[in-house]
Amino acid sequence: MDTNNMHPVMKWVEYRLPVFSFLDHSLGTQYPTPKNLNYWWNFGSLLGLVLVIMIASGISLAMHYTAHIDFAFNSVERIMRDVNYGWLIRYIHMNGGSMFFIAVYIHIFRGLYFGSYQAPREILWMIGIFILLAMMATAFMGYVLPWGQMSFWGATVITNLFSAIPVVGDSIVTLLWGGFSVDNPTLNRFFALHYLFPFVIVGLVVLHIWALHIHGSNNPTGIDVKNKEQDTVGFHPYFSVKDLFGMGVFLMFFMFFVFFAPNFFGEVDNYIPADPMVTPTHIVPEWYFLPYYAILRAFTGDFLVYQVVSLGGLLMDAKLAGVLAMFASILLLLFMPWLDGAKVRSCRFRPIMAMAFWVFFLDCLVLGYIGGKPAEGIYVTIGQFTTFYYFFHLLVLVPLISRLERPKPLPESINASVLKAAE
Amino acid sequence: MSDTATPEQSAEVDDKSKRDFLFISTAAVGAVGTAFAAWPFIDQMNPAADTLALSTTEVDLKPIEEGQSITVVWRGKPVFIRHRTAKEIEDSENVKTADLIDPEADADRVQKPEWLVMVGICTHLGCIPKGNKPGEKKGDFGGWFCPCHGSHYDVSGRIRKGPAPKNLPVPSYSFLSDTNIKIG
Ligand code: HEM
Ligand code: FES
Repeated sequence: MDTNNMHPVMKWVEYRLPVFSFLDHSLGTQYPTPKNLNYWWNFGSLLGLVLVIMIASGISLAMHYTAHIDFAFNSVERIMRDVNYGWLIRYIHMNGGSMFFIAVYIHIFRGLYFGSYQAPREILWMIGIFILLAMMATAFMGYVLPWGQMSFWGATVITNLFSAIPVVGDSIVTLLWGGFSVDNPTLNRFFALHYLFPFVIVGLVVLHIWALHIHGSNNPTGIDVKNKEQDTVGFHPYFSVKDLFGMGVFLMFFMFFVFFAPNFFGEVDNYIPADPMVTPTHIVPEWYFLPYYAILRAFTGDFLVYQVVSLGGLLMDAKLAGVLAMFASILLLLFMPWLDGAKVRSCRFRPIMAMAFWVFFLDCLVLGYIGGKPAEGIYVTIGQFTTFYYFFHLLVLVPLISRLERPKPLPESINASVLKAAE
Repeated sequence: MSDTATPEQSAEVDDKSKRDFLFISTAAVGAVGTAFAAWPFIDQMNPAADTLALSTTEVDLKPIEEGQSITVVWRGKPVFIRHRTAKEIEDSENVKTADLIDPEADADRVQKPEWLVMVGICTHLGCIPKGNKPGEKKGDFGGWFCPCHGSHYDVSGRIRKGPAPKNLPVPSYSFLSDTNIKIG
């Protein structure tokens, strides 16, 4: 960065703390960005935007929220009715949670399709999975705070998952609760942790972006930058403007729900105050947890996959198997860089892998649909088949296809592919 | 200064194993100390003294007619108390224990056969089974039925069908008099 043309004040600061050249190198003209990035590359910056919105709206809510079982529900209703713009801030926070997950799932599937997890971006990808886990924990605990029926029973069912762990399971559940059931100590600590975790996410995001900036963005062709002059452009103004445009479109989508369908993603039962003596007839988690919930419930005594992994029920009971499978469904993604043995990143040049990708994507959608249905009849069968397929894809199809498929010829360079597309 | 060691001499002293020992023992003490220091921060999450103090509940059984059930709150959880009929007792005792998912004889689940006391929380994932109120579905075995994922319990509260792995747990309780119990 040319410091000679700087304003004297900027120059004074820059000499002592080089923030301006730092920004220029990370988001500015000096950050080389592949010039062929498409709109699927907008979601990273969108996630950053949503994180900022969640923290701003969350801190505003926390100024009026009371973390006590006798007051929590009413304090949220007071936010909705009496606090100035409280309804707006709460609806932003509530729908922001859903927007966060829409964006992160698109972001992750983008990575899967274009092979962004492959060398040398393994750590970048793994930090991303940890961000997903931290987001899930944050959203789960946030949903408990309004202390409605779904808050209470969701918390009960999910914390009870840990009781499946042999020997120490029950002690862990008591430790999580701070009592003998989900109760005031539980609500209190969930609030403390719900406040903390977003800042842990900020820390992880810093690492994520640090790792990103070491080798730069992947791109739709998946081939490396060969010639910086020809293949890349400065992040600013090209992608800063494109990201801002994406943010505008995304905010319109987001605000449509905030203003016109604020409870679209929610559950009506959560407007009933929590009652530890009455279970709602149909407990469902938030939509973004449904696929995992389907995997959890797929494991019943007669599920073939369960019979195999537990050696006919010898190793563990079906409840523990379901819990392990649910965690494994996310943790397995950490190993994508090694499950995928291909030399070529992008599915654009791997037609068979691309097909498997779309079937897997569909499988995840069906799992989500099943997770929202009662566990009976045909839903059980479909849930078990799609659960099987989820793991079959990651553990069998990806390793095999990636090693056996012969990829289509790659373009010479990013620049060449752009020029060819322009013809 | 003539008797201080020259650099060449001190380099010859072989103190590698001494250094390793010091290094490892310091690290070990540090690790144990850190673990001890961490424990209070973990244990503070466990139930506090006042939470534990609230952990018993007394119940007067007199108003419960034969064939009737009530739900009381103990440690924030529902406890089912059923005044069982002679037929229910007989049916429960006649079940072959070995055939059960979680084998347990009826006699091991009650102190007095007519009073069945148990925590009304499904051992699957914690819903409250139906069947304690008149008119609710009691499931295929006439006891309780958990609608969350379809677990059926018999009139002894034993799991008979569905995903739940265990019988409804019996809390520790004692008869203070013939018609009074203390749970916890
Ligand atoms: C990673 C970012 C975050 C996510 C994904 C998230 C998610 C959620 C969700 C899903 C709810 C339940 C909304 C409802 O159904 O009413 C919630 C509630 C809440 N959150 Fe957050 N949150 C985040 C950050 C924060 C931050 C930084 C704070 C600051 C203290 C905060 C404070 C609150 C409060 C006070 C509530 C209860 C009020 C309410 O239910 O509307 N959140 N959060
Ligand atoms: S919680 Fe009762 S069957 Fe699942």
